[in-house]
Amino acid sequence: MSNLYTVSPSPHIYSDDTTRKIMYRVVYAMIPALLWSVFVLGVDALRVTLIAIVACLAFEYIIQKYLMKVKPSITDGSALITGILLAFNVPSGIPWWIIVIGALAAIGIGKLSFGGLGGNIFNPALVGRVFLLISFPVQMTSWPATRQSATDALTTATPLGIIKEGLVNGTPIAQISKDLPSATDMLLGNIGGSLGEISALFLIVGGLYMLIRKVITWHIPVSVIVSVAAIAAIFWLVDPQNYINPLYHILSGGLMLGAIFMATDMVTSPMTPKGQIIYGVGIGVITISIRLFGAYPEGISFAILIMNAFTPLINTYIKPKRFGGN
Amino acid sequence: MLKTFKKGGVHPPENKLSAGNPIEVLPLPASVFIPVAQHIGAPATPVVQRGDQVKTGQIIAKSSSFVSTNIHSSVSGKVKKVDFQADSSGYPKQGILIDVEGDEWVEDIDRTEELKKEFDLEGAEIIKKIQEAGIVGLGGATFPTHVKLVPPKGMKAEVLLINGVECEPYLTSDHRLMLEKADEILVGIQLLKKAMNVEKAVIGIENNKADAIQLLSQKSKEYEGIDIAVLKVKYPQGGEKQLIKAVTGREVPSGGLPIAVGAVVSNVGTAFAVYEAIQKNKPLFERVVTITGKGVAKPSNFRVRMGTPTSALVEATGGLPEDTGKIISGGPMMGRAIASLDVPVTKGTSGILLMKKEESKREEVIACIRCSRCVSACPMGLEPYLLMTLAEKQIFDRSEDNKIMDCIECGSCSYTCPSSRPLLDYIRFGKGKVGEIIRSRKK
Ligand code: SF4
Ligand code: SF4
Repeated sequence: MSNLYTVSPSPHIYSDDTTRKIMYRVVYAMIPALLWSVFVLGVDALRVTLIAIVACLAFEYIIQKYLMKVKPSITDGSALITGILLAFNVPSGIPWWIIVIGALAAIGIGKLSFGGLGGNIFNPALVGRVFLLISFPVQMTSWPATRQSATDALTTATPLGIIKEGLVNGTPIAQISKDLPSATDMLLGNIGGSLGEISALFLIVGGLYMLIRKVITWHIPVSVIVSVAAIAAIFWLVDPQNYINPLYHILSGGLMLGAIFMATDMVTSPMTPKGQIIYGVGIGVITISIRLFGAYPEGISFAILIMNAFTPLINTYIKPKRFGGN
Repeated sequence: MLKTFKKGGVHPPENKLSAGNPIEVLPLPASVFIPVAQHIGAPATPVVQRGDQVKTGQIIAKSSSFVSTNIHSSVSGKVKKVDFQADSSGYPKQGILIDVEGDEWVEDIDRTEELKKEFDLEGAEIIKKIQEAGIVGLGGATFPTHVKLVPPKGMKAEVLLINGVECEPYLTSDHRLMLEKADEILVGIQLLKKAMNVEKAVIGIENNKADAIQLLSQKSKEYEGIDIAVLKVKYPQGGEKQLIKAVTGREVPSGGLPIAVGAVVSNVGTAFAVYEAIQKNKPLFERVVTITGKGVAKPSNFRVRMGTPTSALVEATGGLPEDTGKIISGGPMMGRAIASLDVPVTKGTSGILLMKKEESKREEVIACIRCSRCVSACPMGLEPYLLMTLAEKQIFDRSEDNKIMDCIECGSCSYTCPSSRPLLDYIRFGKGKVGEIIRSRKK
């Protein structure tokens, strides 16, 4: 018989889940929060997102093709995710060229300098965000007011910013609370903040979708949120005069965004459930420490980047339980 | 809650296309090529020569050491030559080519269908007969059964586990055998228990075979000391260590044998072969083989004589589908791709799977996204992504520290990887090297 048959080692069948499909599921999960930000912040939110996406894809293509001389992989969905996440991490009023610089930092420094997808140690979007936060502190912290906001102000502060500033000036919590949005507004996203930070609810919806589609497991988001809440609760219970209700810590700022979409980045988080919990608690503890005692009102980006750096170590020491081991 | 093993595992589409089709007898081929090595251990030594006239069931190659088995002729006819031909490994192996003439069996084989339940033999006699009949593990491992039944010094068997799991997708030969030869299997189990001197046997069956579970649960009441464990469908539950874990909750220690936790595992096909060998005097020269695939006109289960070329099975199911891209001896997870239809059926052939061209394509390999799916899928608690990288970089000491030798080559990692990384290919390479290093250290 002259027919040639494929001879290859087992297994001979493969699950039909692919990396591209997983990446696009992450993209779908971000859509509710994205739409909400456009609804609340207006068309500017869309402008920022589109610029960030186009810039990330373009840098990935150009650097891969002309500098690294490899086949560009812009269709795998990962640069798309970085683009949306970068947009989620900046205020909607930010000038376009700052976004482009952020995209270059994210893709160029954060991802491709490590060899590209799978090689990077730090979450690329966060590298972009922190780069911008250090280079353009003013623009990165001017949040346009939401369309529904009661005042005529052009800009607004984030809830965490209000708390930090109040406490620095010695204002008691009871006084500060008057200036804070209600918990419902925070849950829905009728507050000041970067694009992706404003609606805890829609971020949770996206997170549940990723959980159901098995893109992520519960270990990282839950351990981040629970550890932040637990520590914030202890301080609040001991000294309610100077510490705010833990609910504000959970619902405000980038905590949900970080816990659900950025800390869970597979490439930069640990492999085993146990390692993921250590990593998540580490992020939670660092985040709340920065928020309570640090100079910045928000700390989750730094916390995630710090724990990203520990991921290889966690993977080296936290092994899965071996079958038949002791 | 249904029992299963805890760690890892995957659930590929079951595709048991031939489950409803009773076992048929495959017509005798014109000639058979019977390899002398159809088992793990030393190849048997041929005891016939060109021109010899042989009968069905006659020994044609003798066991050459303790870990080896006899090989019997599966047909009657004339030995054409002692030759070399590729088996499922792809390498030419020694074997005996016989031209089939009629079907004359050795006289003392009982060819009737009558069920014989009673036996009056000592354990040692049973083991001796099993050894003479050339019985090996028919689940695919092909380890000589008589060796398994004699525990190493200082160890004692407590329970016999019978593997009726058939966790490989597509395969149905064990399933059909359980439905059609339930009593024979149960008698075989009693014989094995006697041989091992244990009181208890448990048959593990996955709950996608409800009919077999029902039948065996009912029939096993007539036999003492046989239980049925209904298991949740999960691959690789048919792996010895996973089956023991699922049924008894015990974990065979790393590097250890099942007997270390008091268990011996045998397959339902093996139990049937033991019944035939002892109650019917019939050595192992035929077995049930599933022939299946999405393009196969009539997926079937056949009783096939050893040495029958794969082509004979293919013809009996309506010929080779045109778009066949890959032919697998065994199941799709652990089976071997064979290069030609001349490859003979041997004691370890549980099925032949014909895969279409589009099914047999492998996707482009891309970067590891560290999604940890391979880690969650590994039933041995290993980190396949890491073992692959270590093998690629040839860092063998760390491969050993990370338990590469514990890998059972089940393929769950490669199956599940969304980046289509050839994890098991590299792990096999690493295992080979680490194995060499370990052996050289012992010297
Ligand atoms: S399943 Fe594949 S992509 Fe995921 S961690 Fe394992 S090797 Fe990497
Ligand atoms: S590493 Fe070995 S035991 Fe683990 S899933 Fe892969 S093939 Fe199976």
